[in-house]
Amino acid sequence: MEKTLPTQPAELVKPPATDIGILGWLKANLFNGWFNSLLTVIVIYLIYLAAPSFIQWAFLDSSWAANSEQCKMAGAGACWSVITANIRFILFGFYPHDLQWRPLLAVVILVLLLVYSRNRSHWRKSLFYGWLVGLFVMGLLLKGGLFGLEPVESNNWGGLPLTLLLSVFGLTAAYPVGILLALGRQSKMAVIKSFCVVYIELIRGVPLISLLFMSSVVFPLFLPEGMVINKILRAQVAIILFTAAYIAEVVRGGLQGLDRGQYEAAEALGLNYFQTMRLIILPQALKIVIPPSVSILISAFKDTSLVVIIALYDLLKTTQTTLTDPKWMGYSAEAYIFVAMIYFVCCFFMSNYSRKLERELDTSR
Amino acid sequence: MNAQVPDKIPFFRDPSKLSVFYQIMTLLGVVLLSYYLVSNTLANLERQSISTGFDFLGKEAAFEIGESLIDYSAADSYGRALIVGFLNTLIVSFIGITLTVLLGTVIGIARLSSNWLVAKLSAIYIEVFQDIPVLLQLFFWYAFFYEILPTPRQALAPLPGVFLCNRGLIFGVPHFHLAYIYAAIAFGAGIICVIFITRWSHKRQDESGKIFPLIRVSAVILVGAPLLAWLLGGAPAEMNVPALKGFNFKGGVTISPEFTALLLGLVLYTAAFVAEVVRAGIQSVSKGQREAAMSIGLKPAHVLNLVILPQALRVIVPPLTSQMLNLTKNSSLAVAIGYPDFVSVAGTTINQTGQAIEGVALIMIVYLIFSLSTSAYMNWYNKRIALVER
Repeated sequence: MEKTLPTQPAELVKPPATDIGILGWLKANLFNGWFNSLLTVIVIYLIYLAAPSFIQWAFLDSSWAANSEQCKMAGAGACWSVITANIRFILFGFYPHDLQWRPLLAVVILVLLLVYSRNRSHWRKSLFYGWLVGLFVMGLLLKGGLFGLEPVESNNWGGLPLTLLLSVFGLTAAYPVGILLALGRQSKMAVIKSFCVVYIELIRGVPLISLLFMSSVVFPLFLPEGMVINKILRAQVAIILFTAAYIAEVVRGGLQGLDRGQYEAAEALGLNYFQTMRLIILPQALKIVIPPSVSILISAFKDTSLVVIIALYDLLKTTQTTLTDPKWMGYSAEAYIFVAMIYFVCCFFMSNYSRKLERELDTSR
Repeated sequence: MNAQVPDKIPFFRDPSKLSVFYQIMTLLGVVLLSYYLVSNTLANLERQSISTGFDFLGKEAAFEIGESLIDYSAADSYGRALIVGFLNTLIVSFIGITLTVLLGTVIGIARLSSNWLVAKLSAIYIEVFQDIPVLLQLFFWYAFFYEILPTPRQALAPLPGVFLCNRGLIFGVPHFHLAYIYAAIAFGAGIICVIFITRWSHKRQDESGKIFPLIRVSAVILVGAPLLAWLLGGAPAEMNVPALKGFNFKGGVTISPEFTALLLGLVLYTAAFVAEVVRAGIQSVSKGQREAAMSIGLKPAHVLNLVILPQALRVIVPPLTSQMLNLTKNSSLAVAIGYPDFVSVAGTTINQTGQAIEGVALIMIVYLIFSLSTSAYMNWYNKRIALVER
């Protein structure tokens, strides 16, 4: 005798209402267990304490286009007018007022180049030359003196263009130096190796500010009498020397990440050292280190703010200068939040990009 | 018949000779460059009639320092002023590192929490505080103290006995009593005790497999010994509570706005990086490890202590030390908000004496000592915990 299965379908049992939909999500993500429930309640209470008063201050009670007297009259709310009234000084510093389209254009070119370079299918030799031309044009726009552009003293450069200049030129110039240092550190020649090791460890061991001090007070002593190098260039050199040591360590990671077989195969082909490096090793090693290089760009971008301490007018210094104006004293929170947002947006896009690259370049999965 | 084999390779084809040649050239280049720089420098110094050497350290400093752990007045020497700065750097780094590790660990774990709200908030915290330059954060907290916080008369009191105003952070401390010194000595003895117990228990565990309740026993010793000493010393409980007198607080301990702003900025910034390090470390331990540990019947606490943590720490400790070093190096930004750390005092010294080279060299040497000792410790630690490959 065989049992037959019942022909009518079994009754469909739906999951309990508390396990699906919004309720289910809340239960799974916010109230799973007494500890998480307690945490959720505490966090929501803290948000409840902080958020309304912040919104009140930043938006509801704030003034956006008032002058300083009106701001002082208005009282409690945020005075964003400190930004709107001084935006040109904060962004461009002491650059001549009617020539400020030039640094603006330079920044726009830089942003366009960066956006275009995001896509890896655009990475060709022509893009590399495009960057060289772009950097040259940016420098020309800032400096002037050619093609009928009025020359502008570099002492008057300031604000966002200076910040970008120091970090982008810094990284561009530091990269070749860093590669040489990394190769030197891997070299079998004892003298060269020891120089590179000492340099890298020395620079990585001291804070950037000591190098900036050096560039501003010690470096002039190194030069022969009568020779003067301007302050921005000296700070730029300090940033390059500093960044190069960090790049060297990153590139070394890439060099060590390569299989020994690559070196041996190149040797077996009869390539000499320079051919091996240029044709076999570096193209592969540099590809590995692209994501950490973006992280170095991010820290270089943040670190340029340190030039405030040797009194260069970068974005942070122009903001501070605005705040020392008696008319706008006391609105530091607003001004610093604005500058923080500029830094945040730039770094956020860069770090997102670095993560995206890491996923794309990771062919192991 | 025989192909003419050159019995000598020309020197420009011989790698070993070339290598010697390159090295000599490099050495020569470096020596020439340093000779050029040194001779320029000496000529410049002579023209500006600045004497070289460290004699200036013994001269009278003639500037005041706002905060000092040791006795200092403007009549003291530059050398003593620099020691004051050095101690200030040490104290801010030490407290900063302790708080950073605590906060960073909490946020790193919160980042992995199954609670959606907590995980998202930690992610936002990490992203925001990593992406804003630490100097800007320092300026912000400094302005927060001087512009946003009220005067002592309207001081905020977040906890009873703790006041927050534009003169800094003020809180009560116990009156001095011998019992506290006894307690401190007992605490030190407790630490030594715990170290020995740890060694003994590890050894016993390796030999017999028996597990000693190390954390609980250590906690009892570390809390109990000072407490006992305090009780035996007479259990003094009198507090030195700050009270408003005139325009400022009297009594208690005042921590200056500069110090608090520096500490806040450094801790909040570095904790974001530490949180990422902790998260990466925990995630690096594969799921199978936890499952395997549970399947051989370990208790949850033992799963964490004996299986997960040892593996996670191996990943966490190296980047964690480099973050601690970063915090120490970033503490040099104190100079921007007027906290008298080593760089700030050295900067003043350079301005007053013109001894730029010696001043900058001192700054570099001090930070090099910090980083070299850290990396020496790191190498020792890495060797100790490295996987023994069989």
